[in-house]
Amino acid sequence: MAEMVVKATRESFGEALCELAKTNKDIVVLDADLAAATKTSIFQKAFPERFFDCGIAEGNMIGVAAGLAACGKIPFAASFAMFATGRAFEQIRNSVAYPQLNVKIAGSHAGISTGEDGATHQCIEDIALMRAIPNMTVINPADHYEMLGAVKAAVELEGPVYIRLGRLAIESVNNNDDYKFELGKGITLRDGKDVTIVATGLVVREAVLAAEELAKEGIDARVINIHTIKPIDEEILIKAAKETGKIITFEEHNVIGGLGDAVLSAISEKCPVPVKKCGVYDRFGYSGPAKELLEIFGLTAPGVAREVKAFLGK
Amino acid sequence: MCGIVNSDKEMFNIMNSTEINELQITACKARLYALEGIFNAKSGHPGGSFSAADIYTYLYEKELNVDPSDPHKADRDRFVLSKGHCCPSLYAVLALKGFFPVEELPKLRKVGAMLQGHPDMKSTPGIDMSSGSLGQGISAACGMALAGKIDNKDYRVYTLLGDGECEEGQVWEALMFAAHKNLDNLCVIIDCNGLQIDGTVAEVGGLEPLDKKLEAFGFEVFKMDGHDFSSIEEAVSSAKKVSGKPQAIIAKTVKGRGVSYMENQVNWHGAAPNAELYEVGRKELLESLAELGGTL
Repeated sequence: MAEMVVKATRESFGEALCELAKTNKDIVVLDADLAAATKTSIFQKAFPERFFDCGIAEGNMIGVAAGLAACGKIPFAASFAMFATGRAFEQIRNSVAYPQLNVKIAGSHAGISTGEDGATHQCIEDIALMRAIPNMTVINPADHYEMLGAVKAAVELEGPVYIRLGRLAIESVNNNDDYKFELGKGITLRDGKDVTIVATGLVVREAVLAAEELAKEGIDARVINIHTIKPIDEEILIKAAKETGKIITFEEHNVIGGLGDAVLSAISEKCPVPVKKCGVYDRFGYSGPAKELLEIFGLTAPGVAREVKAFLGK
Repeated sequence: MCGIVNSDKEMFNIMNSTEINELQITACKARLYALEGIFNAKSGHPGGSFSAADIYTYLYEKELNVDPSDPHKADRDRFVLSKGHCCPSLYAVLALKGFFPVEELPKLRKVGAMLQGHPDMKSTPGIDMSSGSLGQGISAACGMALAGKIDNKDYRVYTLLGDGECEEGQVWEALMFAAHKNLDNLCVIIDCNGLQIDGTVAEVGGLEPLDKKLEAFGFEVFKMDGHDFSSIEEAVSSAKKVSGKPQAIIAKTVKGRGVSYMENQVNWHGAAPNAELYEVGRKELLESLAELGGTL
């Protein structure tokens, strides 16, 4: 087993950029005055001549990234998820995705685990916004190891990619030595026949812990980690729908437009089964410590277990 | 403000009257093709296409280091049409330069056409950046200029904005960025035709004093008559000699230039002429072309 790592995925992101930039001279990094928070500061320290702070001007930053990509660079443009995908949505749509330019957008401090900053900074719409844009790939890594793989895959893929980064330090779940990040492929972390729990991002580990608790109560839950929300792994989801008959999704995102809806779209035609979507129920978050908020919003292991039991009528 | 002194002028390759006449012929043809495309499509933006036609012509015929047989040449100069809706006459200038056949021009805005309603870099040879959403092209131009600096290339990047477009906040983000990063390989040209959809720019947006604003944002500012090729040559050549800071050229232009009933008329921003008016406009432009000694 690889070592279990407790680390925020934003930190892993900064490290991955540095590692890849050693051999790939085309990688450049842009930030909008949040380098210390998005952890592009790690890259900035190692490669100051390839780091460009664009100031608090996200729309221009995305456009600059598009111009760099049009000249052969591989720009990573980072900010908080709220501002990267919200403020600069239309720049991403028209200047990056429409011309299929090789720009990677990193949205940090995504979800309610942003914590004390409160609702204005807790982005719960980024996945919905990015998956609605043609040509866009959307990745939400669950831990340190997955983030390393995701950034590498984003560099290898020619075209626009959105990567979601978290603020909170979390325990790694993909600790097996043979872990391999495959873009567009879901991962079955635990087999089961009664129900399938599909999770993304930091909720993945909570789903695994919940499944272990549920097993003690005689509920055999399958757990699938979906790191690539677009294009989503239809095969693994349809198989799960056929074999377990019920799917429940968990995400640190609004239940409108995120993982839950992506799962529904993937199975609704070929194998429609009951799907329950769990996450943030179309409301804004508020200030508080991240862990407390995750508990209140039902996104920790006990919350996941509770929802699964309710879904199964137990 | 940067004045042109005689010693500067000696540095230029001053165009002679024959060269100027050739440019006037090309620009007139571009207006004819643009008018035809807009008429066929029953939509498009003639006003701004005509105010910018002479600027496109000068850049592609005299200034830009581009190769129609190799539109993606790595070290070419770049041009980003930030006011993307004014593409019909740009398409015509590109076709006349040889980037694609002029037979594509009448198919403007039709299903399956290479020439989209707003520039699409994926479908049209010679288009360096997709654009159309105002305020975005200038940022992409900044990114291209920055890439040139990173790689120590000596290509230059030109972008054309509308004066109405300068109401977009992103324009000022980009201007601040360009000056802060010392992008002296970037030249921002502003087509000041004075009109936008809802009225005059003075009424709607309150852009003036544009020169002082650009200077305050760290640009070396030049002015030119956007329909006088000698004036365009002077401004573009002077801008090119500036080092250490980006340049802006304020181009005084006439919206709808070349077709009498469109000139300075706000309602010709985004409207196609009917058959009768098309013939009137076409006749005027053909007469101008004949006077210049040119033929289609």
